[in-house]
Amino acid sequence: MSSGAIPDPSAPLTPSGNLRRRQIFSKATEYGATTAAILAIVVLGIVVYTVVARGAKALNLDFVFTAAPTGIGPELLGTGVIVLVATAIAMPLGVLIALFLTEYAGNRAAGPIRHTLDLMNGLPSIIIGLFIFGLLVDHKQQSGLAAAVALAIIELPLIARGSQEILLLVPNSMREAADALGVARWRSVLGVILPSALGGIVTSTVLAVARAAGETAPLIFASSVFDASRFSINPLEALPNVPVTIYTLSEEGNPEGFTQAWGLSLLLVSLILLASLGARALLARSKRKMAS
Amino acid sequence: MNGYDWTERREPAAPSSRVRIQSEPLPGAAAADSNGHRSVTPEAVFDAQDVSVFYGRKKALTGVSLRIRRGQITALIGPSGCGKTTFLRSLNRMNDSVPSFRIEGQVLYHGHDMYAGNVDRVEVRRRIGMVFQKPNPFPKSIYDNIAWAPRNLGLKHGLDERVEQALRGAALWDEVKDRLKDSALGLSGGQQQRLCIARAIAIEPDVLLLDEPASALDPIATASIEELMHSLKGRFTIVIVTHNMQQAARVADHTAFFSLDAATGEPSGTLVEFADTETIFAHPVDPRTRDYVSGRFG
Repeated sequence: MSSGAIPDPSAPLTPSGNLRRRQIFSKATEYGATTAAILAIVVLGIVVYTVVARGAKALNLDFVFTAAPTGIGPELLGTGVIVLVATAIAMPLGVLIALFLTEYAGNRAAGPIRHTLDLMNGLPSIIIGLFIFGLLVDHKQQSGLAAAVALAIIELPLIARGSQEILLLVPNSMREAADALGVARWRSVLGVILPSALGGIVTSTVLAVARAAGETAPLIFASSVFDASRFSINPLEALPNVPVTIYTLSEEGNPEGFTQAWGLSLLLVSLILLASLGARALLARSKRKMAS
Repeated sequence: MNGYDWTERREPAAPSSRVRIQSEPLPGAAAADSNGHRSVTPEAVFDAQDVSVFYGRKKALTGVSLRIRRGQITALIGPSGCGKTTFLRSLNRMNDSVPSFRIEGQVLYHGHDMYAGNVDRVEVRRRIGMVFQKPNPFPKSIYDNIAWAPRNLGLKHGLDERVEQALRGAALWDEVKDRLKDSALGLSGGQQQRLCIARAIAIEPDVLLLDEPASALDPIATASIEELMHSLKGRFTIVIVTHNMQQAARVADHTAFFSLDAATGEPSGTLVEFADTETIFAHPVDPRTRDYVSGRFG
């Protein structure tokens, strides 16, 4: 049978010729894709398992709530402060950027800004760290604030893009309804559009926080020489923080430090996982609300 | 627009002009009755003069001239894609948000050019409310759906009464008075649409534009919307776009028939005939109107 010709209608309905080859290829693709998906889960599983297995030993109340050498309380607090300040900077800016993209900018302006945000999102964090070092640390001193600015730069594109996607989900009929009532645009944005999208905006912020909380490179530049024996929330001095401590503890070559590093890792992973899961639940809820 | 003169009669091209003359006394008398202070001349709320609308290079509407009279219901009927909704949305500048939208000709609202440079869109819509094809309540409580716009427009005094009046006006009060704090999204489609009408009349606009307000509703909900229109007539000037000819016949004082016209090459929507509803349905002048209302095309 030549290719392209109509097959003999009376032949049995089993695969023939080209079709058999295509079926093999199709199966191979399917198995390849499935394997890749399983691999991703397996890698995550191994990482989480290792962290739990090695870190669980270190965990106790003293470890979480006291300062060095027995505990890592100041580090948790410091990371909390740095991330809080970073989010306080990045969230309003990010949401405003998203509002500009969806509510005010035309296609011509929105495109380049969107691409810029995506590029910014791909910026290596070591470069952001170096930039902040040159801008806020060099000739001055390390500070939690410098670290927070660096993390804010990392969070900004995540929050802006995430919020934009959510704002795009707000049905246009809401904007029309608000417009048709003779209410100024900014009031519509504040009173109707933002509240509809709030769940999603909070979600993308939480995901950005989760990402920022584990960033190490900028903190090595901005907040790595600190006193881990006391609790501090002053962002004008270098603050103890989780990622840098994980790094230094595991570099020490002291078995106890190594265990502590794992324990700290476990805490960080758990917090991030918890935040992500909570955020996703929130997002699902807000999407359901918008769809009904 | 100081040059505008109420006594001036622009005579648009036939055949609509013939029909116009024939229908003149009726709206005049009605307007005098309901308003009292307006003596003889029927007051036009909208006076569209040779309006053409473009979306990019595409001409959606060609040369529409018509007057919409105060306190009455004017229906825009015609087949899909003939520019009825485009025309309606030009009456409160809702089309402005379409990037490639362009309008030619003039739309006068109480004698003011609606597309003049100093006209503010928000102010336009403050006076000319609109209800859309698909009910679009805000994801808020029933009460807040109505109260949101008055609050934002500084009408905070007596808000509860205002909400009640609006809901009564939209014949929805009895159904929702016990659950004003519940989400509006829990209402049925017909109730949601009446809520949207209540929301629109809560700010006491001058005009209500209704874009196929009943097309997404079942016959019972449709009947209640039509009843509602009758009760709102007189208080508001109403312009309604509808696919449903019977609906136009039931509710409207005047009916404008739009159709696609391919005479100038590329087909584009245009006004075929405008007269009082009875004339359009019983004695249409234009053969295209006759075919459409008798169901022979469309």
